[in-house]
Amino acid sequence: MKYLAPKTVEEATTLLAEHPGATVFAGATDVIPQLKAGRPEPEALVDLKKISQAVSVSDEGGHWSIGAATATAKLTGNKALAAEFPGLVEAAGLIGSDQVQSRATLGGNLCNASPAADSVPAMIANGMRAVIAGPGGTRTVAVEDIPTGPGSTQLQPGEFVVSFELDHAPARTGDAYLRLIPRTEMDIAVVGAGVRITLDDAGNVASATVAIGAVAPTARRVPAAEEALVGNPINDTTLAAVAEAASAACNPIDDKRGTIAYRRQVAGVLARRAVVAAAERAAASTNGASNNGETR
Amino acid sequence: MAIIEQDTTNPGFKWIGTRPIRPDGYEKVTGKARFGADMMLPGQLEGAVLRSPHAHARIVSIDTSEAETMPGVKAIVTGADFPDLAEAGAGAADLDLAVNVIARDKVLYEGHVVAAVAADTRKQAQAAIKAIKVNYEVLPHVLTVDEAMASDAPILHPGTRTKNVEPAPEADSNVISRVVQQLGDLDAGFAAADVVVERTFTTKPVHQGYIEPHAAVADAMPNGRVHVWCSSQGHFAMRTMTATVLGCDPTRIKVTPAEIGGGFGGKLSIYLEPLAGRLSQKSGRPVRIVMNRDEVFKGTGPASGTKITVKIGATNDGKLTACQSWLGYEAGAFAGSPVGAATMTMIAPYQFENLLLEGYDVVVNKPKVAAYRAPGAPMAAFAVESVIDEIAQKIGMDPIELRLKNASVEGSQAAYGPKFPKIGYVETLEAIKNHPNYQIPLGPNQGRGVASGFWFNAGMNSSATVHLNEDGNVTVIVGSPDIGGSRASMALMAAETFGIDVARVQPLVGDTETVGFNDVTGGSRTTLATGQAVTEACEKVKVDLMARAAKTWNCDVADVEWVDGQVQKLDGSEPPLSMAKLARGWGRTGGPVSATASLNARGVGSAFSTQVCDVEVDPETGIVRVLRYLTAQDAGRAIHPSYVEGQFQGGVVQGIGWALNEEYVHTAEGTMDNPSFLDYRIPVASDLPMIDTIIVEVPNPGHPWGVRGVGEVGIVPPLAAVANAVSNATGCRLTDLPMSPMRVLDALNQKSNGGNGH
Ligand SMILES: Cc1cc2nc3c(=O)[nH]c(=O)nc-3n(C[C@H](O)[C@H](O)[C@H](O)COP(=O)(O)OP(=O)(O)OC[C@H]3O[C@@H](n4cnc5c(N)ncnc54)[C@H](O)[C@@H]3O)c2cc1C
Repeated sequence: MKYLAPKTVEEATTLLAEHPGATVFAGATDVIPQLKAGRPEPEALVDLKKISQAVSVSDEGGHWSIGAATATAKLTGNKALAAEFPGLVEAAGLIGSDQVQSRATLGGNLCNASPAADSVPAMIANGMRAVIAGPGGTRTVAVEDIPTGPGSTQLQPGEFVVSFELDHAPARTGDAYLRLIPRTEMDIAVVGAGVRITLDDAGNVASATVAIGAVAPTARRVPAAEEALVGNPINDTTLAAVAEAASAACNPIDDKRGTIAYRRQVAGVLARRAVVAAAERAAASTNGASNNGETR
Repeated sequence: MAIIEQDTTNPGFKWIGTRPIRPDGYEKVTGKARFGADMMLPGQLEGAVLRSPHAHARIVSIDTSEAETMPGVKAIVTGADFPDLAEAGAGAADLDLAVNVIARDKVLYEGHVVAAVAADTRKQAQAAIKAIKVNYEVLPHVLTVDEAMASDAPILHPGTRTKNVEPAPEADSNVISRVVQQLGDLDAGFAAADVVVERTFTTKPVHQGYIEPHAAVADAMPNGRVHVWCSSQGHFAMRTMTATVLGCDPTRIKVTPAEIGGGFGGKLSIYLEPLAGRLSQKSGRPVRIVMNRDEVFKGTGPASGTKITVKIGATNDGKLTACQSWLGYEAGAFAGSPVGAATMTMIAPYQFENLLLEGYDVVVNKPKVAAYRAPGAPMAAFAVESVIDEIAQKIGMDPIELRLKNASVEGSQAAYGPKFPKIGYVETLEAIKNHPNYQIPLGPNQGRGVASGFWFNAGMNSSATVHLNEDGNVTVIVGSPDIGGSRASMALMAAETFGIDVARVQPLVGDTETVGFNDVTGGSRTTLATGQAVTEACEKVKVDLMARAAKTWNCDVADVEWVDGQVQKLDGSEPPLSMAKLARGWGRTGGPVSATASLNARGVGSAFSTQVCDVEVDPETGIVRVLRYLTAQDAGRAIHPSYVEGQFQGGVVQGIGWALNEEYVHTAEGTMDNPSFLDYRIPVASDLPMIDTIIVEVPNPGHPWGVRGVGEVGIVPPLAAVANAVSNATGCRLTDLPMSPMRVLDALNQKSNGGNGH
């Protein structure tokens, strides 16, 4: 097994073309345990952490650019990002432990394609896009379209995610991510729910995204929950509709981590609680203040 | 962490009861301490073990021919490389031990060892393991007490007839034996009751969860002697067992103890030692084998899964009138669950006049169970203490009052035979009752649970040797592995006996050829028994030194006394002789000074613990969070209070894990589905509140310092304390462990659908 460490995106795509049996890695917090558990060794491991574009976080004016191989500790430590997208940053901050977070990345979390990946519902809720480099150049794809099933993605041979684009949030926007684990940390989500809410001036929901994780082969949006929210206030009726829609959207498996019935029921609970948390943040938010001069 | 001083005659100790830094601390925090896997010898080979993928199968054939030719491979062993102990007329326990180490004609659980390889590198050994071809005929398996006891169950050990049942059974069975405790008149007892509560409880196998996986290094000499390095709870026991399986005399084997990274009962037996030993004999090279976590889960431990029914009667004014119980304990693949200890301990805290407790030792296709802190007691206490809690609710009595009304005291008859000597159960109840935690008001979805527990503690055999060094300081050599800070306790007892600064005492753990025989560090016995040996050896050194001082002064021994580490002449006519001076002059008084004490410790003091737990339950997800936890336990005497508190807290933490999330999950094929710490959920630090401790000290009259054992009883109450708190918070009686979020939400759903939540 070879170790390759390209310094640029071009070098990386070239190396990947030369080594069709190579696997890319960022933090390797999934890759190494998988190899240790007996997964066949690839011909080469390609380290993405030496590519500066893949390990930087910057405000590009209209949007944030988040390097796909950036350690999540850099995200939780970024005050501006955490203030604008507390839910996304909290989701990233839930991955493993401090030690794991000094290595783990959003790109790895997404491309490992575990249905239970914590950051993915939060990335979907915030409409994030992945910038993909490959032999044919770059393309940009919505995060929610990347995983295609447990352990599989729509990435083609030789492709990898360089960075993510995250548009600045409009005013009165808040996001939240909640997960259920039996312990308090170092555990895998039995259910996860990521939500983003934008309120209008009357306090009704102007727009909403609701995404759930660990309850289907991939994280998925819950359009029925979003529809129940838009145009309405957050109240018992809309929240009950959100919970019902989230439970209905589940297509879970029965396994050692959770039964189908449990996952369904709790997906509703968490989606509802995440909506409440996101809406509270939206109501209190100063997002967009610098764009439209509002102060709240 | 208050220390309740129950002893009215203050013994005025100088060192006992203080908290010096442990003598082994520096090595442990700087990473210099050598644990089981740290041994590295010149020419050492690395081993790997082939384990059964099936829960139950006949081994039709094993073909090692391809593996033997692989790069780096130096030796391979299978069952055929070990002596047939049946031919040698060995007893059942030794036969089971040998077949558990390596299977012969059948594998009895997933993880059962089939072969082992030694090669130049671990990778080569692992590759060779994969090349060994085993042809299995898969057999039907049983995983639970109910499955194993079904009339059509496949039999693990054909020819087994249940012992101790009348009339003697004529059919083969997976039930190895029946144990019974009986007292008084059960019918009369229940007839006298105003309320009777009967419930059936189940618990899953749980692993001891020590952080250090098993590891062994063996180096065979051409003359047949084998030197073994391993971390265990008793290197003398490792020596005996390894010799049994290898078919040689114990003294052909030397065992050097490594530091141990947790045992909790799970490192009392052998697993890798004979494999490494035989591989070393075959290859002529030292061989090291280290388990990974998957192997630890599948091949070692765990504690029994159980099914227990308890029926208790009580009067409205809180007198417990009768107790009946049926207990089925999984033994794993071979006889020997701790169901006997369960029947003996489960109602020990109470004075029952009428009882019938029937226990069954049942084999199933899972790893052979190993001891786990107070083996057998926590599950039975879970059942009894839950039912007692329910009785307290039914008759509207405070759960501590109910226990106080029925508590065992000095002189009361224990169901298992003896009359209790001086014990401190009532004191633990009072300590909890009077603690502010017991009065804190609870919020919505919160509940409080109380439970008590009992453990015998053990005495057994210990030896210790004490050397006076040329500078007047002392070396204390014991043969008890230090798992919970025992070096520190030994040093304190020696310092107290001599009246010298504890820093002048160097305690160490000797190998099987450096110090006299010692039984295992288990049964909460080390501070009691080995401490007694250390104290006696120190006393012998004192007596010797007083005689030498008398000789120096040309006076009668009766005219000298020992005061604070030196010998004085009673009439004060000579300046005192310090230990250093006596050491300097030993050439004139008879040579160096040492003494050994070897004893069978008597005066064992049994232990009680009472605990109170507050939880909050999320009614929508079933998540239970422990808010507060307080444990009061009778230590007799806390030699080093920090390590006593550590033992209390460790027992509670493991009990909380057992109660809430730990369990072996099995697939339909009988294989373990969660063999990693990711899915086998021991508590992490953030899951727990501070575990508050109260050290109750009702000195054990049978021990020179008043010590009782402290290592085990702390794990007995938590299963029930947490369950009672959850039941109190939710209004649902939880009878199946673990109380994982799914189980709790299930109970809540049933309750809101009109059931009683169970
Ligand atoms: C102790 C521990 C605890 C954990 N806890 C959690 C948890 O709580 N929640 C959770 O969701 N996960 C958890 N994980 C899993 C893991 O840490 C996360 O999935 C993490 O985000 C993976 O990131 P990484 O950079 O380490 O991925 P890597 O291991 O480097 O890669 C993972 C996969 O993604 C691919 N990949 C990586 N980067 C890219 C890229 N830029 N483009 C294309 N493919 C890529 C790799 O080829 C590989 O297939 C835990 C892991 C450990 C070891």
